[in-house]
Amino acid sequence: MTTSAPPTVLLAGNPNAGKTTVFNMLTGATAKVGNYPGVTVDRRSGKLLVGARKVDVVDLPGTYSLTSRSPEEKVSVDAILGDALATPPAFERPTAVVLVIDATTLRRGLYFTKQVIASGVPVVLALNMMDEAKTAGIAVDTAALGDALGCEVVSMVARKGVGKRELVEAIGRAIDAPVADRASEEVPGAIRADVESIDAAVRESAPDGAALSPAFVRTLSLWALLSLGDDELTSVPTKLREAVAARRALAASEGRALDELLIGARYEAIDRVTAAAVRTATASKRRLSDRVDAVLVHPLWGLLIFACVMIGVFEALFSGAEPLMDLVQAGASWLKEFVTANMGEGALRDLLVQGVISGVGNVVVFVPQIALLFIFITVLEDSGYLARVAFVIDRVMGRIGLNGRAFVPMLSGFACAIPAVMATRTIESRKDRLLTMLVIPLSSCSARLPVYVLLAGTVFSSEQRVFGIFSPGAVCLFAMYVLSIVFSILAAFVLRRTAVKGPKPSLVLELPPYRTPGLWNVAISTWERVRRFLIDAGTVILALTIALWAVLTYPKDASVHAKYEAERAVAAQIEDEGARKEAVSALDHQEAGENLRHSLGGRLGTAIEPALKPLGFDYRIGVGILGAFAAREVFVSTLGIVFDLGGEADEEDEGLRSALREAKNADGTPLFTPLVAISLMVFFVLACQCMSTLAVVRRESGSWKWPLLLFAYMTVLAYGVTLFVFQVGRALGWGTS
Amino acid sequence: MGDLRVGEAATVAHVRCPRATAVRLMEMGLVPGTPFEVRRVAPLGDPIELFVNGYALSIRREDALSIDVEPNAAP
Repeated sequence: MTTSAPPTVLLAGNPNAGKTTVFNMLTGATAKVGNYPGVTVDRRSGKLLVGARKVDVVDLPGTYSLTSRSPEEKVSVDAILGDALATPPAFERPTAVVLVIDATTLRRGLYFTKQVIASGVPVVLALNMMDEAKTAGIAVDTAALGDALGCEVVSMVARKGVGKRELVEAIGRAIDAPVADRASEEVPGAIRADVESIDAAVRESAPDGAALSPAFVRTLSLWALLSLGDDELTSVPTKLREAVAARRALAASEGRALDELLIGARYEAIDRVTAAAVRTATASKRRLSDRVDAVLVHPLWGLLIFACVMIGVFEALFSGAEPLMDLVQAGASWLKEFVTANMGEGALRDLLVQGVISGVGNVVVFVPQIALLFIFITVLEDSGYLARVAFVIDRVMGRIGLNGRAFVPMLSGFACAIPAVMATRTIESRKDRLLTMLVIPLSSCSARLPVYVLLAGTVFSSEQRVFGIFSPGAVCLFAMYVLSIVFSILAAFVLRRTAVKGPKPSLVLELPPYRTPGLWNVAISTWERVRRFLIDAGTVILALTIALWAVLTYPKDASVHAKYEAERAVAAQIEDEGARKEAVSALDHQEAGENLRHSLGGRLGTAIEPALKPLGFDYRIGVGILGAFAAREVFVSTLGIVFDLGGEADEEDEGLRSALREAKNADGTPLFTPLVAISLMVFFVLACQCMSTLAVVRRESGSWKWPLLLFAYMTVLAYGVTLFVFQVGRALGWGTS
Repeated sequence: MGDLRVGEAATVAHVRCPRATAVRLMEMGLVPGTPFEVRRVAPLGDPIELFVNGYALSIRREDALSIDVEPNAAP
């Protein structure tokens, strides 16, 4: 670090204590979001002016203690302590730490505060929600509290901007404070020998020449004592791990509960601090939140309100975003026409129009849904209702091996997997998050609807009825949603026991008091999500779109173009304007179809035909499936091109439907029997026909391993189930004509 | 704790849950000697909501059954 680098102040604290509000208050519009090295944890940072000095402010994920059992959780520890045991360290020690604590839950907040203070770093305690504490009858003597803890205490109501000036001044003093050598954290006599033995292991694990203060060593050693053992951490020194395991084994044989003795002693120390500095009025009244909850999680009203809120969120995603998405698509079409009209014909124009502009359109089209979902999630989270959603639905989610927090992402998946996968960030445990991400793409999203509609409309007439009332198309549609849900549950069940093996997740969930969400926070959080999507997933989607376009365009056969040019020249002689246009357009469509069949993708469709035959599909459907990799609904327009009708045909297009009805297999039998259509729908329910989903799963899981697994398992599943449906259906003679 | 009804109060005696959960619960304040109250049960019967240390904490029944409690000392 050079001497001119600005001081770094970390913002840490419990979840729901208003940390984000304090961060936004301090850094205003300078906030930037990045990633911590090696993990998918957002690193939000910004600039603060203290007097004339620039200070870097970094927001840490909310946490209740330093204990960390996964690489994601360990980020907070490493950021606060600096990862002194790693060479080279990826984290420097911060200049100071601001702890944001909710004054109404002081006892729990001080647990974390005391650990950070004991590590030796200068600390400012921002005691937030002082207005709520006052209402609840809690009086805090901040001066006495500061004396007892050994840090400066600032009382705040961050939502109203109260205490900002005092906090900034205190930060200034903390930065200048020389790091006094603090006494090591005391531990009870019953575990002293254990802890001292682990202290020694910490010292031995430190890289040569690292000067670690006794207070710092003790902090790391107590962290190891509580965190290690059946954890998911990867970079812990073996010596330290062994020391902890040995001491745990010894304590277990002697009947000493190390965790309980340590945590119990810490809370006793906290009670001594609060006895001196905090007075709580007796018989605290039931707070407003509790009275609200009497309705919002009431056995009857609670469920009704839950259903209404969730339907509202879903409806907004499913239909509400549509006008905006149409606008994006219209914009892309306009741009394509504009470029086509103003550029000479050629490969570059095709690349620009069909590759780049389509690709950008494919990215931007997700923005309305992402923005809407994150507006909802932030409002629900900041208001406190998101925790109630998890509370209400946890029992159902527990059945499929997840917890209540996975509900909103799973539900959103039925609108679109992209925002849904991004929403898994609200799930704390990494394994739960991965599992949810791997299951979401099985939800029947809105992009599958056009495929269902086209196929059902092709093979069923609108007059047919099942049981005298239902149209077969509607029954099919319903069956596809049921299939999607059934396989989501099965996949979660299997994946929990294989790829993301882990203990049954538990639920330890704080239900924070209801609060009014701040609009500024909602706007910032939403914008950050959208921005990260555009930068990280967007670039991958754009690249994949261009690659897919190339595969479905090249190689080109020059003689094909020459042949159609000649035919167009003949057609141009037709006198009647209507007939002339029709003939030229038909030739254009035929040329596009021939080009597609000639392209690498078209040949790939032919090459994989033997594999598709047992599912009832031919090479034309194969090419459609390849094209649908851009997005499922593209299946419709790709089929349009394959059947020489052009790419403008939509799922309601009768021309396309009748072309499909008349399509024949090599042996002259019709291609699209009801059984084939149903098999194809089943395939689309289960296959991961969406490169944007893979791009966003890569972004959110942090590696290509998970999207590849997702693609592999869904493809195998789709193939297997479709094969079963088609073969059994055919053997029984169902829907074959 | 699993036997307590809504509205009943008691004191934590010992947390026997799987270690990761136990450490988490204790660090969030459910240490032996801490008084708490069972506030409410979720509409579908699980999880339950406790009031402890001035805030509402929700845990599953399964974990609640692994927490030993003792009656509150008479005030």
